[in-house]
Amino acid sequence: MHYTTTGLDNRKIAIWAFIGSECMLFMSLISTYLIYKGKSIVGPYPHDSWTDPMTGRVFHGILDIPVTSASTFVLLMSSLTMVLALAAVQNRHVPKHSFGDRLLGSSKTWLFTTALLGAVFLGFQAFEFTAFVNEGLTIRTNLFGSTFFTLTGFHGAHVSAGVLWLLTLLAIDFKRGLQPSDEMAVDLCALYWHFVDVIWIAIFTLIYLIR
Amino acid sequence: MSQPHDKTPVTDSSHALPAAGESSAGHAHHASEKPHPTWKQYKWVALILTLITVIEVWVYYIPSFVASRLFVPSLLIMSAIKFAIVVMFYMHLRYDHKLFKVLFTGPLIIAITSLIALMFLFGQVAVRLS
Repeated sequence: MHYTTTGLDNRKIAIWAFIGSECMLFMSLISTYLIYKGKSIVGPYPHDSWTDPMTGRVFHGILDIPVTSASTFVLLMSSLTMVLALAAVQNRHVPKHSFGDRLLGSSKTWLFTTALLGAVFLGFQAFEFTAFVNEGLTIRTNLFGSTFFTLTGFHGAHVSAGVLWLLTLLAIDFKRGLQPSDEMAVDLCALYWHFVDVIWIAIFTLIYLIR
Repeated sequence: MSQPHDKTPVTDSSHALPAAGESSAGHAHHASEKPHPTWKQYKWVALILTLITVIEVWVYYIPSFVASRLFVPSLLIMSAIKFAIVVMFYMHLRYDHKLFKVLFTGPLIIAITSLIALMFLFGQVAVRLS
């Protein structure tokens, strides 16, 4: 137990303070993107077409909304599986009679599913980045490329850290089983994971949908 | 003089999803905490988040709506609703201690205010004074 004079667990105070500071970090990255929006001298652009005067090559709006919508859905669903993982740890000692109950009440099932969905989201991001580079957009091409890759790259790094955290919990679960006394550890991971989801909600609207 | 360690520990660990008739035994509840969402509520939250995302993408493909003045505000409102739902229900901030709310909303307000100020200074809504 790590209780403070407030009567609250200091690890939970720390994670909320960390999340608060992360809000400011991501808002600074989003601000930078929005300030430089529409100020790129050369393409490709996020939504508008552009013809390279040197080569005559035509670039269409580079953002792929259907693909990003799918990855957004994946990340939203991972938040649901994360709360189910936490609930499974808390209800570990509730008797489960059928195979279905055992499977759906297993923290291993939900931790693995959450990590898998996180990995799928990262796969979508890798696909998107590769497509952009093939289209001629890199972090050095223009202001859009610099701010876009920095912002979404930072978010992807946070998702990667979250997946590693989830896999660590899953390894502990396989090794000795997560007990109700471990629920704070899972709760901290869940808060971080939901925060990553919340930031993506803002990025999806501000960067991808608003033209 | 008060003894710091005499305080009853607040377990923020009452996130269990007991089915009807079950209780999350072994988890103390602080007097100020409200009961946390149930499995059914979590399913509804996921459904609402999905529906709002579908509407966001749907309006993106309506050219007349994109050209209207409602496009940006409606997307911002929908995004804010999704943001608030995840924070309140999945992150349990609605049910947790006031200190956690302060730790989150304080920096968030500073960040949003800074964003708005920067947009007015340098962004597309910049105020030109010359």
